[in-house]
Amino acid sequence: MKKKYAWTIFALLLVMVLVLSACKPTPAPSAPAEPAAPAEEPAAPAEPAAPAEEPAAPAEEPAAPAEEFVFGMLLVGPYNDKGWSQAHYEAGEFVVEKVPGTKMIYLDRVNTADRPGTTAAQLAEELVQQGAKLVVFNSDDMKDDAVEFTKNNPEIFVIHASGDTVWADGENYVPLANMANLMGEMEYGKMIAGCDAALHTQSGSIGYLGPLINEETRRLATSAYLGARYCWDNYLEKDPADLKFRVTWIGFWFNIPGFTEDPTQVANEFINSGVDVIISGIDTTEGLVEARKATGEGKQVFAIPYDFIGACEEAPDVCLGVPYFNWGPSYARYVSSAMQGTWKSAFEWMPPNWENINDLDNTPIGYFSGPAMSQDAKPLLEKFIAELAGGLNLWSGPLNYQDGSEFLAEGEVATDVEIWYLSQLLEGMEGRSE
Amino acid sequence: MNQTRTRSISLLFQLGGLALAVLFVTIILLLVDAQPMEAFRLIWEGATGNPTRIASVFVVWVPLLLVTCGLLATFTAGLWNIGIEGQITVGAIFTTGVMRLFLDTSISPVLVIIISMLAGMLGGALWAALAGILKTFGGVNEIFGGLGLNFIATALNIGLIFGAWSRPGIASMSGTEPFPEHFWLPTFQNFRLSLWSIGFAVLGLIIIYFLLQGTHFGLRLKAVGKGMKSAFRMGIPTWQHMMLSFVICGLFAGLTGAIQVTGVYHRLIPSISSGYGFMGLMIAMLINYQAIWLAPIALFFAALNIGGIQLPIVIKLDSALTGVLQGSLVLFILIMQGIKQRFVGKK
Repeated sequence: MKKKYAWTIFALLLVMVLVLSACKPTPAPSAPAEPAAPAEEPAAPAEPAAPAEEPAAPAEEPAAPAEEFVFGMLLVGPYNDKGWSQAHYEAGEFVVEKVPGTKMIYLDRVNTADRPGTTAAQLAEELVQQGAKLVVFNSDDMKDDAVEFTKNNPEIFVIHASGDTVWADGENYVPLANMANLMGEMEYGKMIAGCDAALHTQSGSIGYLGPLINEETRRLATSAYLGARYCWDNYLEKDPADLKFRVTWIGFWFNIPGFTEDPTQVANEFINSGVDVIISGIDTTEGLVEARKATGEGKQVFAIPYDFIGACEEAPDVCLGVPYFNWGPSYARYVSSAMQGTWKSAFEWMPPNWENINDLDNTPIGYFSGPAMSQDAKPLLEKFIAELAGGLNLWSGPLNYQDGSEFLAEGEVATDVEIWYLSQLLEGMEGRSE
Repeated sequence: MNQTRTRSISLLFQLGGLALAVLFVTIILLLVDAQPMEAFRLIWEGATGNPTRIASVFVVWVPLLLVTCGLLATFTAGLWNIGIEGQITVGAIFTTGVMRLFLDTSISPVLVIIISMLAGMLGGALWAALAGILKTFGGVNEIFGGLGLNFIATALNIGLIFGAWSRPGIASMSGTEPFPEHFWLPTFQNFRLSLWSIGFAVLGLIIIYFLLQGTHFGLRLKAVGKGMKSAFRMGIPTWQHMMLSFVICGLFAGLTGAIQVTGVYHRLIPSISSGYGFMGLMIAMLINYQAIWLAPIALFFAALNIGGIQLPIVIKLDSALTGVLQGSLVLFILIMQGIKQRFVGKK
């Protein structure tokens, strides 16, 4: 009796499983291996087998265009993070739009906390399995893996964004013919952000929400400080001693509970200690969100997010502006050269297009002025941008390191190498250098 | 006759659990508008499609197998060693620390690797012993003690990676400076898999199987697990056995961490334990603490992990789905066991 009961349940369940998986509008259930060929993805190969070994993999889908150039992207954060990774993702879409015959595949949240037990090199190989001929590694943290993968896959083109591996003058030079390193000269974007912050702060206290501490983040935080100081001293003609610039590092590019400090909390500590403009150096928008909350509660706090042109949308009424990356044009250039066989390994540190820093077809970085920008500040910020375009160099002496030792003497100008590998924050900035 | 009947009923219930888990995941897939058959095919393809993928599965299989071996010892003694994650982490920290000491010496790399791995085992055992001491002498339930120790291990790990052991000039979430190649566990050409780590896993499995099934110690441990008081009355020194089971588990966890450092990442990274400890807990429950089923079930879990990578790449699904499948599998099989006991009787 009881046994029969059990049998009935089991049989029922089994039938349900079969029915449920079969009644989905898949193609003939007799051939489940055939891809369902959804309309929006006509190129999906039937078998994700290595293209090298099986040249004619998409045999079952004759509709697909014959020669498509597939490029893959490994994004360190979510593809829709309104920050660094989304900027890359949209650059990929830009490439697909501007370079005919290309297709993008991507994998996001590529970091060992989100994808335990994997390595970026291993995931890059999975993209190659799906047909990628060029792979973008989008984080400095993927450097070891990017180099390993580039060495092991000489026939695949690699772009390591923000890396310095193939920079002949750099400290970590490894000649790799199939790798390119691209980075927008965000130092300018951060200077503009710093200036914008200085023009809007009432308390004279600016907070910089830093990610982890490395050369890149030090030079970016420092750029923001240099911009803030310049506009504070020269445009507002206020006492330099009244400008407070504090950097707090959370430990990574975005919040990973249990691993990093919580950026929401850090932003709140800023606000509670009198900061009224938060410049974000991290890839997500907590600074903006907390500024809006505080403003809603009666404190006027502004924020300047980072990375992504659309970042202000999260809280437009407190967003002064956003320095953003525009990877699309340079990626399109490199994808084209890979397709045409004119690829050249290079390190490019790309300044904005000074004709128009917001020309999306033609500038690697830009500064989008947010809705919260005040009318008084607007002409001053434009003046600052024009000065930068005219050759104003804030990396000129006299400048001291945070510990008081001399960085640049009077009249001295920093070299690219000195800026890229900046070893300390500068005098006048609060916060850890190491 | 009777024996085989109970066995087949038991198997039936387990298959029922499997079916329920698959059904559950299928429903989720349908809810997010994905095609279940396509998803399952991708997972299968992603785990077995080519030699590299198969090798990757084994890279995950080794640590899963080893931690679960350790957990079988604590489970047999009736203990929930939640601290397993921290024990893996501390094992990895000890391995890294000792290896750093020998980096610039002329001692043969083989010897360095061996010493570092032994140090890792020691580290894991110490951390586990701490949970055991808290339990035995502090009266702290091993679950809470373990959780606390996990937090401390993570903090220690991050502290070292961003502090004392950070790369020159930069601190990076990608971990400490990678060790030079001659300090890596040798791997197959073009694969990440090391024959040595496979060897450790198989050896570990054999050891734990015979320890638990074939020795007096295993028998006494079982007695402690079934009932502390009665075991004590039978003259078994109970707390000593519990401590020993913690230490054994810690040795395995430490070895796991050591392999992660020497054989997989070649450096210390923030999430060095990769969640394998918690996954091991699930596997141990799933196999009803029987070592005999460990190898295939761990392989299945490893295959799900690796195969799941295809989901976001090809059909834009979150690869956490395979975690849902793993979790629901455990859940439903446990539920089915409960139902079986209720309707069919204890045996």
